[in-house]
Order: sequence, then structure tokens, then C-alpha cells
Amino acid sequence: MKAVSPEPLLEVRAMGKSFPGVRALNDVSLKLEKGEVLAVLGENGAGKSTLMKILAGVQPADEGQILMAGKPVEIAGVNDALEQGIALIHQELNMATNLSVAANIFLGREPRKRGLIDEAAILEKSKKYLEMVGLEVDPQEILGTLAIGRQQLVEIAKALSVKARVLIMDEPTSSLSQRETDTLFGVIRDLRGRGVSIIYISHRLGEAKELADRVMVLRDGENAGDLAKDEINHDAMVRLMVGREISEFYSRTIHEPGEVALEVRRLRTSAHPEHELNFSLRAGEVVGMAGLVGAGRTELLAALFGVAPLRGGEISLCGAKADLQSPEDAIRGGLALVPEDRKLQGLILEMTVRQNLGLAILKQESSYGLFLNEVREGEISRKMMAQMQIKTPSSRQVVRYLSGGNQQKVVLGKWLALEPRVLLLDEPTRGIDVGAKQEIYGLMEDLAARGVAILFVSSEMEEVLRMSDRVLVMHEGRLTGELPRDRLSEEAVMQLAIGNTIAA
Amino acid sequence: MKLTTFGDIFPKLSGAQGEGVKRIFGIFLLLLVVYVATAILNPNFLGPYNQENLIRRTSLFGILGIGVALVIITGGIDLSLGSVVCLVGVGVPWLIMDKGWAPWLALTMALVVPLLIGLCHGLLVTKLKLQPFIVTLCGLLIYRGVTRGFTGDQTAGFGSELKGLRWIANGEIPLFPGFGIPFPAIILIVIALLAGIFLNRTIYGRYLLALGNNEEAARFSGINTDRMITLAYVISSGLAGLAGLLFVLDLNLAQPVDFGNFYELYAIAAAVLGGCSLRGGSGTIVGVIIGTALLRVLRNMMNMAFLGFQRAEFAVIGAVILGGVIADELAKRAVARKLSAQKDRDRGSKLERLPPD
Repeated sequence: MKAVSPEPLLEVRAMGKSFPGVRALNDVSLKLEKGEVLAVLGENGAGKSTLMKILAGVQPADEGQILMAGKPVEIAGVNDALEQGIALIHQELNMATNLSVAANIFLGREPRKRGLIDEAAILEKSKKYLEMVGLEVDPQEILGTLAIGRQQLVEIAKALSVKARVLIMDEPTSSLSQRETDTLFGVIRDLRGRGVSIIYISHRLGEAKELADRVMVLRDGENAGDLAKDEINHDAMVRLMVGREISEFYSRTIHEPGEVALEVRRLRTSAHPEHELNFSLRAGEVVGMAGLVGAGRTELLAALFGVAPLRGGEISLCGAKADLQSPEDAIRGGLALVPEDRKLQGLILEMTVRQNLGLAILKQESSYGLFLNEVREGEISRKMMAQMQIKTPSSRQVVRYLSGGNQQKVVLGKWLALEPRVLLLDEPTRGIDVGAKQEIYGLMEDLAARGVAILFVSSEMEEVLRMSDRVLVMHEGRLTGELPRDRLSEEAVMQLAIGNTIAA
Repeated sequence: MKLTTFGDIFPKLSGAQGEGVKRIFGIFLLLLVVYVATAILNPNFLGPYNQENLIRRTSLFGILGIGVALVIITGGIDLSLGSVVCLVGVGVPWLIMDKGWAPWLALTMALVVPLLIGLCHGLLVTKLKLQPFIVTLCGLLIYRGVTRGFTGDQTAGFGSELKGLRWIANGEIPLFPGFGIPFPAIILIVIALLAGIFLNRTIYGRYLLALGNNEEAARFSGINTDRMITLAYVISSGLAGLAGLLFVLDLNLAQPVDFGNFYELYAIAAAVLGGCSLRGGSGTIVGVIIGTALLRVLRNMMNMAFLGFQRAEFAVIGAVILGGVIADELAKRAVARKLSAQKDRDRGSKLERLPPD
């Protein structure tokens, strides 16, 4: 046996990475020993995924150094990472579900005989790796016919087949059942025993506690601290994840809320039909909806707006029961939804600012319900461009060429032209710069002051704390709690978001 | 201020519309070149008989092109047009002459059946989420097979009957001695005007363009996208039925084996030449008509100027379409490069203005 090297297997020094308008990683360091399970925790957007993508060669770093066993290495692409023995298991599995298990394990590295794929060798070798992850499956089986948990084990087997020494798992349990999770944990412990190091990213603190030898916490793209095995407990983890001074805690002018504008009773969405949701929204109220990614918040908004079918329950608008089968119905009822992905769901990118602003109100403003009213369209677009302060060379500019913030304002403007009574916003400031963010916050305030009820989903803690009169928190499809403004704290929201119920 | 881009000169037509207009200019130029070249190569080309015929053919194919253009704008495709032409073109004379149906009844069928066919296509595409290519490919096979099966592959025609009705296809409005406007041209103009108004002046035309570009965003904007897509297929098949009727009224002869063969491809080619993107979301009616005319003139040119090579017609048409599409793509890339450079400059200057932190 060779002597244990004093150097850690993998070390990251002073890593930095910026995206336009965002500093994703700043002076981040990381150490990983051979055969260690390191849990990396952090809120949404703390920089976990960016760091892992850099290690796996998916994205380049701007600055910093990566060392393997003390030697600096260059990771410029996925193949470099694999050569160093670093493999990333994606959150969403990244495999060819139409090919066999064996074919997937050797995809792109097929052993060949006389120029053709050596099927026999592939089968033989894949058996060995499947055994290592304890998966009993015929390697000739089509991957897509396996349950998700088993597909994931195949992906791990694939990583082992490239002699991975460092296995990065990004939220591996997000779509697994409890039993599949238990199996996966068994495999992880077994791999640790074989000397494979594992970086484990999760939102679920319980898993970190159960599995990790050490916890590393990222916050706002920086190291927030480490916890040794005997220090790992819920409170310590939450404290590190949130423990930031909220620099610009901002006091909104709070208005006395009016009548109930939206009431939801026993609502079941198709994404999480097992949970019933109950809540209400008053005119002039700004309610934040917090939770971790995948908590079912987007699905709830989609169900309210008639985009996704309801599995049950009742929606009332201004006291009257509403049957919302389609976005058309929802719009008629006074609802508006600014969706999460503005390019995919919010905008007709190849159309002009003016055409986009007019799209939802066209019908209302048409002559005889048929003909375009160009004059009104022009008036509306001028009015919304002024109100939203949309920066564009002309109303005839194609929306594709606008900045993210201005695009978002176009989506908002399209809905505000209809003067909705209830405004649903899904991640209203995602991917836009600070200035545009402030403007959108200002707009939300104006609207609330004019009696619009606002429900906004946000994964940015600061935004939730700053803008909400009241916060609803979701966890895995259910509402775990409600916090009025005076009981609002980052820690309270986080506790509810990870599924704990809090004693206030 | 220097006016350099098209958008500067026609500010109302910037963006996607501007692109469309540029496209129409380009193809119209090409049409003129081919037209003049053919006239020089064979002066008979300009003879009134040939010109009338050219206009008549362009009109009939133009009707098909407009229909399929609406489907292409939704991001779909309609491959069944030729077979619908066959179904109606053979079916109507067969019902009247062989089966003894009253003409009005046969004509009603000629209008209603295609509409129902389009409705089926639309529902299969929107409700069952089948791919338009597959749905209409099956349509292509089914309608021709049905026609051949029912008629026993017998050639159909009106003989010397229905002279009055046939006038709407082969008649003309005399302009001066020896030359008149073929009546189908009037029909095409009416349909083109209606289609143009629908596409550019009604909210439903706007919906169609919007959903062709981004169906999900259109749905999120409260547009009933399924209904709009279905409508496009109904119009497409309906116009194919009308064209089929006009074709047989004009030719007075329809063989189930090949009546309307390849017509869907002519129509699609005309729409693409005229600026419809197969990705959906763009297209103009004028463009489709010019595209149709170009294809007809090319064909005419092969027959009149390159006698002996007319069997190569498909190759020439294919090469022209390919050339046109390549030129268009290159032009689009140049524009995109210019715009993204512009955007980078804007962003750069903005970043510079940000205070250091």
C-alpha cells in the first residue's frame, strides 16, 4: 500500500467566477480528502452549482486554481475533468434513455473490434461496474425502462467506469423515493469504503447530517464556513446558510389590506396532488412565496392561472367562485401571471415591443372582436413603455434585442395593460441587473398601493424579506407555514422551507 | 442622420415585418430577372396566350400556397394538399357524370369535405399532439387511395357539360383584343386580400404569428392556441378543395393516379420562397404569390427557352429554391452579427458607467 499523501485529493484555491451582472463565486476554496463525503450546502444561488460545473469542466473559472493531490491541474473541458477522475452526476439525468444500460456506460468510449463496436466486451465490462453499485440488472436492458433511482445508479456505474476518484452529485435524491434514496446512500457509503471521494450537494439538511463526513457551506458565492462531523446539526447548518446581515432591509409603506381578492381552498395541483393548499390574498397585499427550488411554487401559480390542470379544490376571485380552465378564463377573472421563464413563456421574442405589450389586451381593444386596433395598440404601448420605463430605441424594436431587465418590464407591461386585480409573479427579478430590480420593486409597491393583490414567488431571500407583507412557505408541495411581516426572519423562512415547523 | 438600413428608411416596417418586406423585394427581383430572361430567349413567351395561361396557373397554385402558408406560419406543415386536390378534382366530375348527382350537391361536398379533412388534421395535431408531418403525410396517402379506390382509377371529366360553371376557371375578362384577365386571377386576388387582412389586420392573424413564434408564451398570454392552429389546417384544406375544383373545371380532365401529384410540394416551395419560415412565426401573403409566380415562370422558361431540357425542370426549381434559402440565411446571419455587435457595444458602455464597488 502506498503512503497516504499529506495533500488533499482535490483542492480548490481562490476560485472566482462572474456572470454578466453577478459575482457567482468569490475567493472560494475547497478541500476534499480521499474517501471523504463532503456535503456542500447553500441557499438557491449561493454558487454551489457553479462551483461544481467548474470542477466538472462544464464551465471555465475566471480565476483560481484546482489541485489534484497537490499538483495544479488545468480543467478546460469535461474530458479534462474525467481524465483527472472527476465526474459529475447531474440533477437531471443526462443519459440516452433509448439505449441499453451497457451502451450508456460506455457511451463515447465504446471498445472496438475491427472498427465495429465490441458488444461482448461492453457487456462483460459493464457487469463489473453494475456490481460495484449493487445494481442487479441485465446490461442489455433499455435504460429508459428502469426506474429513475436505478437509472441514477447506472450513471454512477458509468462514472466508476472512467475510474472516477471524485464523484460530484448534484441533488441526487430530488426525484427518488425513500427506498431508492436508502439504496443510493448504501452505494455512497460503499464507494467511500473503496476510497472514492464524494461531493454531495443537497437542499435536504437531514441527508447531509446522515451522510456527510464534513459540511461546507457557501453563501452569496463565498465560503461561509465548514462543519466537522460532530458539529453537523440543523441549527448550525441553517445559521451558516443564512447568517448574513441584511444590508438594506427596507421598510415598505404598508397599506391596510382591503377585501379578499383571491381565495384558494383545498387546492390540489397535478404536480403534488397529495397536498391540499389553502390560502388567501387581500387587495393591496404583497405576499411572498418562499421555498426551495422544486417546492411546487411554480406549479401552484400555473394551476391558479389555468395553465396546468387542477386536481381539485376551489378558487374564488373577489368573493365569487371562479372556474379557471384556461389562461383566457383567468385573464377574464382579473388574474395575470408573469411566468418564471420570460423567454420561453413570457415573450414572443421575434415580435416587437409594441406587439408584445399589446398581445394580452388585443381582444379587449379590437373592433368588432376581430380587427386589430392599431391606434389603441400604439397608445397602450406608449403608456406602458412610459410607466415601465422600458429602455428601447423604438416601440418597433424586436424584443429579442432588449436587455433582460427591459424584457421583463415588457412582460409586466403586457399584463398591467389589462389592469389585473390579482398579479402573480414567478421569480420577477431573476437574471436582471440591480437597477432594473429596484424599478420592478417600485412597480410592485405602486400596484399594491392601487389595490392590486400580489403573490410573488421568489428564491431570493432578500427579495422575500424586503417586499412581503406576509410570506407563505412551501416545502415539497405543501404549505409549511405563514409568516406575518413582524415575525419575518431569514431563519424562520429557512426552517419552514426545509420542512421544519417552527415554534414562533 | 444617415439612412443606412432598411429599418431607417421604413421605420414602420422594422423588425420581423421589415425582414419580410426585404425578402419580398429580393424574390420579386429574381422573378423579374427570370421573366425578362425568358422573354429575351423566346419572344413567344410574351404572347397573349402564354401570358394568360401563366396567370391562370399562377392563380390556381397561388390559392394552394396561401393555404399552406397559414399552416407553415403556425410551425406546421400540410403535405396532403395534392391529394385533396385529387379528391375534389376527380370526385366532383365523378359524382356528377358517373353517379348522377345534382351539381349543387356535388359542389357542396367539394367545399364541406375538405373543411372536415382540415378539422381532422387540426384536432389530431392539437389534441392528440401528433406531428403535423405524419398526420398530413397519412392524409396524402389516404385521400389519393380513397379517390382511386372509389373511381376505379377511371379518368373523370365534364365532357361538354357545365360550360357555365367551367367559366369561373377557364373564362376571362377581356381587356383588349386577344388578351383578357383569366377569372381565377380575380379569385386569387379576393382570397389574397382576405388572407392578407386576416393575417395583418385581425387579432387572430396576430395570434397565429405569435403562436408560430412561441406557442407557450402565446398560451400564457391567454390565446387559445389549439383553436388557432386547427383553424389554419381547416383553411389550408378548404383552399386545397377550392383549388382542386378550379383545376378540374379548367382542365376538364382528371386522372386519379396523378391529378394534383406534387402540388403540395409546389405550394410549400412557393411559401418558403415567399418568406415563410418552416420554424413558424413568419410569412406574408404577397410573398407567397410572388413565390408561386416565380415557380411557374421557371417552369415556363424550361419549356420555352430550354427545349429538350424541360425534363430537368425539377432540378432547376430545386436549385433556385436552395439558392434562395441559402442567400436568405446568410443575409440573416449578417444582420444578427451586426445587431449582437451593437448590443455588446451598448452593454459595454453601460458597464463602464457603473461605479466601482
